[in-house]
Amino acid sequence: MIALLARDLRLAIRAGGGFGLGLAFFLIVVVLVPLGVGPSGATLALIAPGILWVAALLACLLSLDRIFALDHEDGSLDLLATAPIPLEGVVSVKALAHWLTTGLPLVLASPVLALLLNLPASGYGWLMLSLALGTPALSVIGTFGAALTVGLKRGGLLMSLLVLPLYVPTLIFGAEVVKRGATGQAVDSPLLLLAGITAGAAALLPFASAAALRVNLR
Amino acid sequence: MNLSVTDLAVARGGLPVLEGVSFTLAPGRALILRGPNGIGKTTLLRTLAGLQPPLAGEISAPPEAIAYASHADGLKATLTVAENLTFWARIFGTGAIAPALAAMNLAGLADRQAQNLSAGQKRRLGLARLLVSGRPVWMLDEPTVSLDTASVALFGGVVRAHLAAGGSALIATHIDLGLPEAELLDLTPLKAKPPGQGGITGAFDEAFL
Repeated sequence: MIALLARDLRLAIRAGGGFGLGLAFFLIVVVLVPLGVGPSGATLALIAPGILWVAALLACLLSLDRIFALDHEDGSLDLLATAPIPLEGVVSVKALAHWLTTGLPLVLASPVLALLLNLPASGYGWLMLSLALGTPALSVIGTFGAALTVGLKRGGLLMSLLVLPLYVPTLIFGAEVVKRGATGQAVDSPLLLLAGITAGAAALLPFASAAALRVNLR
Repeated sequence: MNLSVTDLAVARGGLPVLEGVSFTLAPGRALILRGPNGIGKTTLLRTLAGLQPPLAGEISAPPEAIAYASHADGLKATLTVAENLTFWARIFGTGAIAPALAAMNLAGLADRQAQNLSAGQKRRLGLARLLVSGRPVWMLDEPTVSLDTASVALFGGVVRAHLAAGGSALIATHIDLGLPEAELLDLTPLKAKPPGQGGITGAFDEAFL
């Protein structure tokens, strides 16, 4: 499984691997929003938590269809399914690799981009923490969506429709953590709910993803 | 590892394609599958490899004993030959890749990216994966596609060495691999009858209904 993780990370950073795609998208959205909304600091500070979270979510969504589609095209998914590692392990490693190449860079870049949106200084820590807790759920749920649509030609639209409703709780609680943190309110309940969604998704969805892959590989 | 298949029926896309397939593959033996396009050679191999469930019948060997080589080679274009092969060696938990590279005449290409290989070289790399899998039963689906005569002979030698070491091979192919000792199984008479004429029914393909 470490071999699979190492291979996926290596593929991501080689030419055309898609590393930085999500990060670039995140950057573009967050740079464009102040230009569209106007330079009023108060307005920007008000919408910053929501914009940052929506941008992070869409950036994750952008690279989801690569998780299995490329392996399916070149036949390595069939070969991985017949390899001695369990398919549940394969999908967990794939989700982890997706998070390391998409979610983690977003977490690390978010304070810089929060500056562009005039997020109050008290919200920076909560922004990073909420993204760090929430983006793994985005990767795990997205892996499930990718596994469901793996055999379909151009299944990206269907996958987005399947995955976006599942992303909504993470988005609501993640943005709520930042909003409350920035205004100095208690963040306990949205933070715990956010962590709960991630823990639940990471524990249960690999089994669903593996089952979906088995059906799709028939 | 003795692979014996009893009265197996397989389906593709919800339609039965083969029924009543029975054979035994002992260690050291090779069996060549013959039959026209669409008869179900690939479907049979995928079923034996555990990628899809059979409609009926028994397969004695577990999928863990089987190394499956499909039409696609499963290569990553931006990884080098050695990286591609090392990945599969680590997945299958076996050691050195050098013997496999040497056996498939790839040693000189080890540092080249897979996207810069010719079709035949890619195929040889895909087949080298079998050698690092360390599994006794090889399932080969048209292994000689895009190989030249010399490479076909090379691969025939690799298969013969595998058989001599106690392995076995099930090969779907249309050309002569230079394995005179291999048995032949013609799948044409085993074509599944339509459901209306006494064929198997219940091959419904929906997983969630």
